[in-house]
Amino acid sequence: MAVDRAVIETQGLTKHYGPVVAVDNLNLRLQAGEVFGMLGPNGSGKTTTILMLLGLTEPTAGSARVLGEDPMRNPLAVKRRVGYLPDSVGFYDELSARENLRYTAALNGLPVAEADARIDDNLARMAISDVADRAVGTYSRGMRQRLGLADVLIKRPEVAILDEPTIGLDPEAAHEFLGLIRNLKAEGITILLASHLLHQVQAVCDRVGLFNRGRMVLEGAVDELAARVVGGPYRIRVEAVGEDIERALAVIPGVLRVTRERPGLYALDTRDDVRGEVARRVAATRANLLGITLERTSLDEVYTRYFQEAEHARA
Amino acid sequence: MLARRFPALLREGPGTRREGSPWTGLWAVVMKEMADHLSSVRMRLLEGLILLTALGTVYAAIQNIRQTIGEDPFLFLKLFTTSQDPLPYSFVAFIGFLIPLTAIALGFDAINGEHNRRTLSRVLAQPIYRDALLLGKFLAGLFTLTIILLGLWLLVTGLGLYRLGVPPSGEEVSRGLLFLLATVAYAGIWLALAMAFSVIFRQPATSAMAAIAVWLFFAVFWEIIAGILTQILLAADPEADELTRARLRIFLSRVSPNTLYAEILLALLNPAVRSLGPVLVTQLEGAILGTPLPLSQSLLLVWPQLTTLIAAVLLLFAVTYQVFQRQEARA
Repeated sequence: MAVDRAVIETQGLTKHYGPVVAVDNLNLRLQAGEVFGMLGPNGSGKTTTILMLLGLTEPTAGSARVLGEDPMRNPLAVKRRVGYLPDSVGFYDELSARENLRYTAALNGLPVAEADARIDDNLARMAISDVADRAVGTYSRGMRQRLGLADVLIKRPEVAILDEPTIGLDPEAAHEFLGLIRNLKAEGITILLASHLLHQVQAVCDRVGLFNRGRMVLEGAVDELAARVVGGPYRIRVEAVGEDIERALAVIPGVLRVTRERPGLYALDTRDDVRGEVARRVAATRANLLGITLERTSLDEVYTRYFQEAEHARA
Repeated sequence: MLARRFPALLREGPGTRREGSPWTGLWAVVMKEMADHLSSVRMRLLEGLILLTALGTVYAAIQNIRQTIGEDPFLFLKLFTTSQDPLPYSFVAFIGFLIPLTAIALGFDAINGEHNRRTLSRVLAQPIYRDALLLGKFLAGLFTLTIILLGLWLLVTGLGLYRLGVPPSGEEVSRGLLFLLATVAYAGIWLALAMAFSVIFRQPATSAMAAIAVWLFFAVFWEIIAGILTQILLAADPEADELTRARLRIFLSRVSPNTLYAEILLALLNPAVRSLGPVLVTQLEGAILGTPLPLSQSLLLVWPQLTTLIAAVLLLFAVTYQVFQRQEARA
């Protein structure tokens, strides 16, 4: 039987800034080795939660435990084992990447030889070895973010907390960065990821929690959540004229729901990108296929849907 | 009930004290900051300026002293205090002017610079307390200043040795070292002040201007204000004599660290000085005017000034510490 070990656990965690409630009665639980995504718009309490988990901000009420330690009482023990990549991380621009990492290693109390070995190792892993001795001021956004991850890994953390790690990256860099995060998971590092980009979170997270105004309003596995709220992570719009199209579309594996938006235009909530299959099935009905477009479900949509449904439930 | 309404009450108890040493990582911060200071363009410029003025003033002083060798038992102290045309000021006058500027340059962007570079949360996420970051930065600034001053003092002494051909006496060396200590304490005030502003203001330019404004206020205006205040305070008192007036005026002017520092220099570098306030004729009975005081007596004379300077440094640092502890870590 697998050991049910909570790496991060909060109970009724609450933070007030004057009259503003930044985090409201949060109960969070992360198992060892899982990737948890905190989703929510800016100002929904994600960063405040992270700061409380690291003991950098004092909670107004409630408690938190990280790796069995209380971050308010023993922040050093927590921060020795938890790596944190802040939102839009900064470095000392006039120093090189290597010098920046050396400072981090020194702050962690690593002996010089050990530190240099780990630095070389991490720079190579992040594929920035060839620019390691250049001033960080000349780095691109993507390189900085990789350096940020190298910085997190210097202390060999058991938990990595990443705050908006892919924001500001071009799609390719973001994709590569998500690959790096997946590698961390493969090494058994527990990851807490805060973001407002659903499809990126979706690509790496085992479970997500939806944050709104300091509350975690929804929590669950990614597919389950997307299915629960929107119907599916993908939305395919099919423009076709013919008969029986709706039925043909509904039986395609992976299609969760078909709605007819207007005659000749169908919207499909799907688990996968099934455009090819859609084209074949529509063609098989001898209908005229006029167009297929794929959209990824955005957080906006999850949100809008969620609150629409909440509104309906209340009415 | 009380605990629910004021949860902070519960956590303030001794049972929930934080664990781990506040000094963890202190030396890592000190070493990094000192490396930054010693290699920064800002410091190179100031060091060059200080070196040039030091060489200029000391050279001028040597020209003056060479004519009177053998008349003064404290030649090496004269090196620091003598001024000669075309330079209007002595070495210590220039130091008293440049050291606060250097200290402010070292401290004005200590914390807000980290905020603006967005490095603060990354550094605080390492296993250190904020204490280590703030104290480390302060100590690094102080050590940097000490290195500059020590180098300068050795340079001046070496130059004197070479040009005058007389070795300094033990007492001159001791007085010189005490002068260094007082200068570091004086610099510490401006460093602590600049760091306090760097915590309070988000813009480095604002904190630099604020620190320079305070320095200008004490360097230029406080003497004038002390005079005016004396007049106002004693205007209603017809019995106030000249002595009361002078005492009040000196008391007021000693609020300024510049006055305290100037008095310390006067007594330490000029052994003939026997009092820093008004002296009555009756108090001089039996005194042989012009004879130098021993070091211990000079030190006794400036003890209150010296301790006040050091106390002011500690106080300013404590205030900075308080404000910084309450600040949000996020960028």
